[in-house]
Amino acid sequence: MTSEDREDKLFLSRVTVTLRKSILDPQGKAVEHGVHSLGYDAIEDVRIGKFIELKVNVPTKQKAEDLTRDVCQKLLSNPVMEDFSFTVDEMKESHGKS
Amino acid sequence: MARVRFAVIVFPGSNCDHDAQYVAGEIMGQESRFVWHKESDLGDVDVVIIPGGFSYGDYLRCGAIARFSPIMKEVVRFAKNGGMVMGICNGFQILTEAGLLPGVLLRNRSLRFVCKYVYLRVESSATRFTSACKTGEVLEIPIAHGDGNYFTDEQTVRRLEENSQIVFRYCTPAGELTDEANPNGSLLNIAGIVNAEGNVLGMMPHPERAADPVLKHADGQKVFRSIIQSFVGDEYLTESLSLERS
Repeated sequence: MTSEDREDKLFLSRVTVTLRKSILDPQGKAVEHGVHSLGYDAIEDVRIGKFIELKVNVPTKQKAEDLTRDVCQKLLSNPVMEDFSFTVDEMKESHGKS
Repeated sequence: MARVRFAVIVFPGSNCDHDAQYVAGEIMGQESRFVWHKESDLGDVDVVIIPGGFSYGDYLRCGAIARFSPIMKEVVRFAKNGGMVMGICNGFQILTEAGLLPGVLLRNRSLRFVCKYVYLRVESSATRFTSACKTGEVLEIPIAHGDGNYFTDEQTVRRLEENSQIVFRYCTPAGELTDEANPNGSLLNIAGIVNAEGNVLGMMPHPERAADPVLKHADGQKVFRSIIQSFVGDEYLTESLSLERS
């Protein structure tokens, strides 16, 4: 491990939580009806979920991903009804590094 | 006669805590007190009530944040040791989030908050929460929720049915389980369940809102009476009859 790997960097996790495919999403259905009444017949499915941003201070991207996954499983989603996905990017402005 | 000791947990956003405490204490004549969610000790208690309301503003998911309150560790420990826990409405949601009851309460099928009297069929009188009822009896108790649509996976439903863990189902006044009688889209019209051990009940309807005879609806008393009977036996039943007449 290089000394750089031990230094905290700022990462941005973008988490998306949606109802599981097997679960009816009545909000999504209502919006879908609206979309169709506007004439957008090409749109065939609308699902509504939550978008959550986390700023994470850890030395590596791997650690940021592990931590994000952990908090998704423990709090941000309920596995009985929801799925989650996320992306992690290092924040450029953190230490002036890309 | 020794009195049964009720503790009503109060979270920021609880709003049925006073009703529950009043019914257990004033109407049913038992010991009844509040426990603030920041406490880490339940004290000497026989029954814990997790009341309705909007704990933490229903942020993220109903009940999702409340389960991290300090007192919940103690409630989980109490339940695992066989203590009686009743979660009403938001309390039911908190118990599922805390893993004390299976399943989840989804947004109502109608997407609307529904506040009205409904009919419930008692599916089993062989629980400590329904022993004062008859199996098949119909109770009239109000609901008031936006997320009461019970859901769980097929395997869990089968287990709930096999173990008679489904305690209350939404029904018609005659006790029929129809889709019209289902106010929120709950799987199999489920309104209340117990855990496998039978000491934890979660129900969306509010028995505490239908327990004071002044309100002309007192069916909810039967849930409280069942709980009390499970501690003190039939002697309570004869005593409570005089309470109904007064």
